[in-house]
Amino acid sequence: MPGKLKVKIVAGRHLPVMDRASDLTDAFVEVKFGNTTFKTDVYLKSLNPQWNSEWFKFEVDDEDLQDEPLQITVLDHDTYSANDAIGKVYIDIDPLLYSEAATVISGWFPIYDTIHGIRGEINVVVKVDLFNDLNRFRQSSCGVKFFCTTSIPKCYRAVIIHGFVEELVVNEDPEYQWIDRIRTPRASNEARQRLISLMSGELQRKIGLKVLEMRGNAVVGYLQCFDLEGESGLVVRAIGTACTLDKLSSPAAFLPACNSPSKDMKESPLVHPPSHGCRSTHNSPIHTATGSRLTQNFSVSVPTLIYTGMGSGSAGKEGGPFKALLRQQTQSALEQREFPFFTLTAFPPGFLVHVGGVVSARSVKLLDRIHNPAFVGIMGNTRSYKLLDWNSFNSDEPETRDAWWAEIRQEIKSHAKALGCHAVVGYSESTSICEEVCILSASGTAAVLNPRFLQDGTVESCLEQRLEENLPAGCGFCHIPYDELNMPFPAHLTYCYNCRKQKVPDVLFTTIDLPIDATVIGKGCLIQARLCRLKKKAQAEANATAISNLLPFMEYEVHTQLMNKLKLKGMNALFGLRIQITVGENMLMGLASATGVYLAALPTPGGIQIAGKTPNDGSYEQHVSHMQKKINDTIAKNKELYEINPPEISEEIIGSPIPEPRQRSRLLRSQSESSDEVTELDLSHGKKDAFVLEIDDTDAMEDVHSLLTDVPPPSGFYSCNTEIMPGINNWTSEIQMFTSVRVIRLSSLNLTNQALNKNFNDLCENLLKSLYFKLRSMIPCCLCHVNFTVSLPEDELIQVTVTAVAITFDKNQALQTTKTQVEKSLQRASTDNEELLQFPLELCSDSLPSHPFPPAKEHLESASSNSGIPAAQRATSVDYSSFADRCSSWIELIKLKAQTIRRGSIKTTVTVEKASPMSEGNFRNRSAPPCANSTVGVVKMTPLSFIPGAKITKYLGIINMFFIRETTSLREEGGVSGFLHAFVAEVFAMVRAHVAALGGNAVVSYIMKQCVFMENPNKNQAQCLINVSGDAVVFVRESELEVVSSQPPTANCQSSCPGGDVTT
Amino acid sequence: MTNELDIFVGNTTLIDEDVYRLWLDGYSVNDAVALRVRSGILEQTGATAAVLQSDTMDHYRTFHMLERLLHAPPKLLHQLIFQIPPSRQALLIERYYAFDEAFVREVLGKKLSKGTKKDLDDISTKTGITLKSCRRQFDNFKRVFKVVEEMRGSLVDNIQQHFLLSDRLARDYAAIVFFANNRFETGKKKLQYLSFGDFAFCAELMIQNWTLGAVGEAPTDPDSQVDDMDVDLDKEFLQDLKELKVLVADKDLLDLHKSLVCTALRGKLGVFSEMEANFKNLSRGLVNVAAKLTHNKDVRDLFVDLVEKFVEPCRSDHWPLNDVRLFLNQYSASVHSLDGFRHQGLWDRYMGTLRGCLLRLYHD
Repeated sequence: MPGKLKVKIVAGRHLPVMDRASDLTDAFVEVKFGNTTFKTDVYLKSLNPQWNSEWFKFEVDDEDLQDEPLQITVLDHDTYSANDAIGKVYIDIDPLLYSEAATVISGWFPIYDTIHGIRGEINVVVKVDLFNDLNRFRQSSCGVKFFCTTSIPKCYRAVIIHGFVEELVVNEDPEYQWIDRIRTPRASNEARQRLISLMSGELQRKIGLKVLEMRGNAVVGYLQCFDLEGESGLVVRAIGTACTLDKLSSPAAFLPACNSPSKDMKESPLVHPPSHGCRSTHNSPIHTATGSRLTQNFSVSVPTLIYTGMGSGSAGKEGGPFKALLRQQTQSALEQREFPFFTLTAFPPGFLVHVGGVVSARSVKLLDRIHNPAFVGIMGNTRSYKLLDWNSFNSDEPETRDAWWAEIRQEIKSHAKALGCHAVVGYSESTSICEEVCILSASGTAAVLNPRFLQDGTVESCLEQRLEENLPAGCGFCHIPYDELNMPFPAHLTYCYNCRKQKVPDVLFTTIDLPIDATVIGKGCLIQARLCRLKKKAQAEANATAISNLLPFMEYEVHTQLMNKLKLKGMNALFGLRIQITVGENMLMGLASATGVYLAALPTPGGIQIAGKTPNDGSYEQHVSHMQKKINDTIAKNKELYEINPPEISEEIIGSPIPEPRQRSRLLRSQSESSDEVTELDLSHGKKDAFVLEIDDTDAMEDVHSLLTDVPPPSGFYSCNTEIMPGINNWTSEIQMFTSVRVIRLSSLNLTNQALNKNFNDLCENLLKSLYFKLRSMIPCCLCHVNFTVSLPEDELIQVTVTAVAITFDKNQALQTTKTQVEKSLQRASTDNEELLQFPLELCSDSLPSHPFPPAKEHLESASSNSGIPAAQRATSVDYSSFADRCSSWIELIKLKAQTIRRGSIKTTVTVEKASPMSEGNFRNRSAPPCANSTVGVVKMTPLSFIPGAKITKYLGIINMFFIRETTSLREEGGVSGFLHAFVAEVFAMVRAHVAALGGNAVVSYIMKQCVFMENPNKNQAQCLINVSGDAVVFVRESELEVVSSQPPTANCQSSCPGGDVTT
Repeated sequence: MTNELDIFVGNTTLIDEDVYRLWLDGYSVNDAVALRVRSGILEQTGATAAVLQSDTMDHYRTFHMLERLLHAPPKLLHQLIFQIPPSRQALLIERYYAFDEAFVREVLGKKLSKGTKKDLDDISTKTGITLKSCRRQFDNFKRVFKVVEEMRGSLVDNIQQHFLLSDRLARDYAAIVFFANNRFETGKKKLQYLSFGDFAFCAELMIQNWTLGAVGEAPTDPDSQVDDMDVDLDKEFLQDLKELKVLVADKDLLDLHKSLVCTALRGKLGVFSEMEANFKNLSRGLVNVAAKLTHNKDVRDLFVDLVEKFVEPCRSDHWPLNDVRLFLNQYSASVHSLDGFRHQGLWDRYMGTLRGCLLRLYHD
């Protein structure tokens, strides 16, 4: 009996009128946990009842504490008929189970009903008394911390990063049970919500057990997803990265520890007071693995990755043989693990050595219907109670799904190996389901991680060593990890433009965030590739085969589009690449989003050339040259727009960067030509060739057109899908997270691929345009972490869901205008009755824009490394042997494609202007205005792992919520838009309320993982499922911190020093 | 390709002031889009009409959802669904309860009943304000009226507390409630030259001086104060006003009063002779208005009577405003020198307010 859960129901407010006669409500509350239920007294005739109940106490196992949600039901008492339910609140008590998080949950929760939405609020207090469990064979994993954040959370440091953890649980979906035919929609929805809540709890507990087994204490980058497989069931699966984290204590404790600040400033995260480290995304101090930890780790069966955060730049410099040796060492350590995967996208300094490129794998599966005799039997006997015990007849399900994923992961692992990498970072998994077909996808970035974490030796010596090394800043991770004489695929290599010592590829695709120390020229931008392919409607195997056949072509085209658009932007690398393939009844959709940047270490991308089919035709020629001119203009314009002006390049290039049309005759995409090219790469051959597009059919024409239709965001706007925007570092504190959903209906008449593509393209572009328009008051601003999700709910419907955050950044002018606005409103507000409204006070805290300051850019020293064109993507299908051939042929295609990318000019040393740390630090201090305390009750939400202008002081636990909303009066609720608008607003409200009740004031790493919308306008019905998650945190404004804390000024300075790494 | 569904939801609810105004003014989405296009927003932002349509729809939906909360503004402050900065909340409330001058002149002093609501069609046609907007304004008046009508204590304070309005707007609403409760006639043709501001000014003076709350005797004996304090005129006071009749009924008193005023003002008034000639008529008018206030019907006609009996005669003789002021001051003050008159306190309570009102009402 290791836990006691205590619940107190305080009061309700804004309850709905349940008794028409009196216009009042006789409300009472049922509190349920597991199988125990308590009730409050009935509070007669009030819409604002004050129950002030006693403490309801539940004595439960901690296993149950982890699995079960606390269920609070508000009802209207009715003497003569059944009591009417007003609504429910589910509270996940997991955050109370680990010591560093919340200690009490207390606050107002919206009372939610799946049919009516939010109906009033209830004030609840929840506490847990935990007793230590000495049982070795325990099933619970209380105390393991979970983070959605895909980097080491601020205010923690990673002692050890153990590696990949995964788990899945399967159950019958209550919506598809026979009983669903006789129960009310409300009962069905509630059964589903409760089941998913239970399953998530169970899943988290199981993952926690695995982490404990690995001797970790936390899961970072925890990603949990639901697969609604319909009749075949409900899968809840999760992946994450097991870590051992240490909480950073107060900065004072650390300051004496650093020996010489001047030296450590750049190198050691330890010396950064956490107050400032927290501001930047990627700061994660490391090292100091204790001796005992080490021995423990080596004794467990799952090998763990201990990394001590040392610099790794040496790997590249020390030359080939040594590099190989190091790789071997690391490899051997990682080989023991089943999957050397990391769900992190940003890393502690020194962790990432080389990046190889994107690896991905897909697999098409047929979902089996459950023909379980037990199930049928129960139906016959109507022993319905047994139905609740799903696990009894689904027990073999998880194995099947596990096997499927294991297969995919194996493939990813081998792809990474082919790229000369031993690990995969930025790893994620997803599914797309339509009827009984399911596409499983996994992708990540092949990488070489710091090998020295395996060398023993004290932290001190590692640190010393690291400090002595003179690292090439910001290019190490670009260096190729594979042997240039034995490349996995043909690529054009040049010497690194930064250090000039190692080879780099001409383009780099990755799924991770831009390493914070990467040297970037200009700004980045969101790049999307969009694609639709029609597919014949088919059943079962035939359908799966058709999809499998289409997949490689889609991947190929998506890749081509990305490459073209990247070149059109004049950039040479993609970060945060996410390729989503969605399957529908009669089509497949592909959407790839990434953030393009110009990496100083990589060669300047060549232009795009257009080659005509019939060069002799005069008018045609004219047309082609017209197009060519347009493309060249666009590239030039983009370079200006994104401020891409790499130094010295112009001197290097003699003549036009793009060969004359006459000269360029058509390039043969032949293997032989390319192989020559690769081997003869030399610094002296600095001639840049262009990427050639051949207009040999209408499709190609479409491609060219679509290239040019993408409109750049209006001035003052930038967008990216990574955490931070390369090239912008002076964020102000104003943020606006939003979700936008659009559904279009395609006209079913003569749909062609082209028409589809155009529709889809327009949908996405229009959506972006709308966002820019809506957020125009925030200019200058950047849309960060733009996350598009595509689904095909019905035959002719395309649904796109976007979640992102708009963050303003500083331009002096902008700041002033906001200030005057605030002053104006202040004046107006102060004429109001202050006592009653309390506007002036709250107003200044809320809308006063905080001063500009540069987020402290963490440097992270990565070593030299090489990387290649993302390749090794492939799709597999089970049981379709012919597919393997197609697959390999497709890889050939990619190889061929690679040939058309010519090497650019070489020999450019990029000197990075570093901002003076001193001046920057001073600026920040000077510009800090005295700011009032945060308004009570405001909860910020952001998909980023940080809050600009603030320091996260505490993580309160994971938020993982699942809601269903249904209506049978769609028209009355304002149609589909009105219905969904209200629901999304309600979901936000419930997330905020839970965070506030935990004592937090923000959600970071917020993500809407699912938004499944179904409508039946004829029946006036609609249903929507939404699943969201994030980390509840407490943050403190930096301006307040500076006033409050007595940190020495040097501390401020240190933290902002590394900011100068990025050229602007 | 048609947009089946199109929504945008921000963690902080986006409020576009321009769209809010259009919504409050009762324009349909399409009209609002057309007006926005005309404002040149497309050129400024480079957006398309489709974007504008979608944006307007979104805002309209948000406002529609907020409307329920705006009916009880404290709810807007405590609700959890929309995260709105306090300054924006204040703006939403203030604008929602703001009203058009033209509209309020039409319904001021009318019973806020279903009957009046039916006339909104005509008001809409007459004023050019959309019916939707008329309904909102009418419903606002009625809602505020219903909430504070039975309430004790300061009318302005009550309104502010329950509707979180600015001081200015709360005072206006107090006037509207006061007029609606006492059903003062404001619609007659001869009253058309008066603005809402004129009436509101008078209402404030009357609330301060002529209601039960004005006497300030409430705290001593709360049980006896069953009547509303600020909304209803002090019945006892109105009864007592009959006593003033002696000022015009008693010939000697009237002559004495006249001579006192004339002596004091001789040489100071541009219109002295007109004043001298008209003194008895004016005085009779003002005193008779007071004496008649015991009847509800006459209370309603207060403003008609004041304009007929005082404003119009003076205006026809082209009295400058300053002369009116001098006259009224002297007229009220001289009564203190009338030895035979015993109701000095009553006279001051009556004339103090009336003087203020008359000066405000005296314009073209």
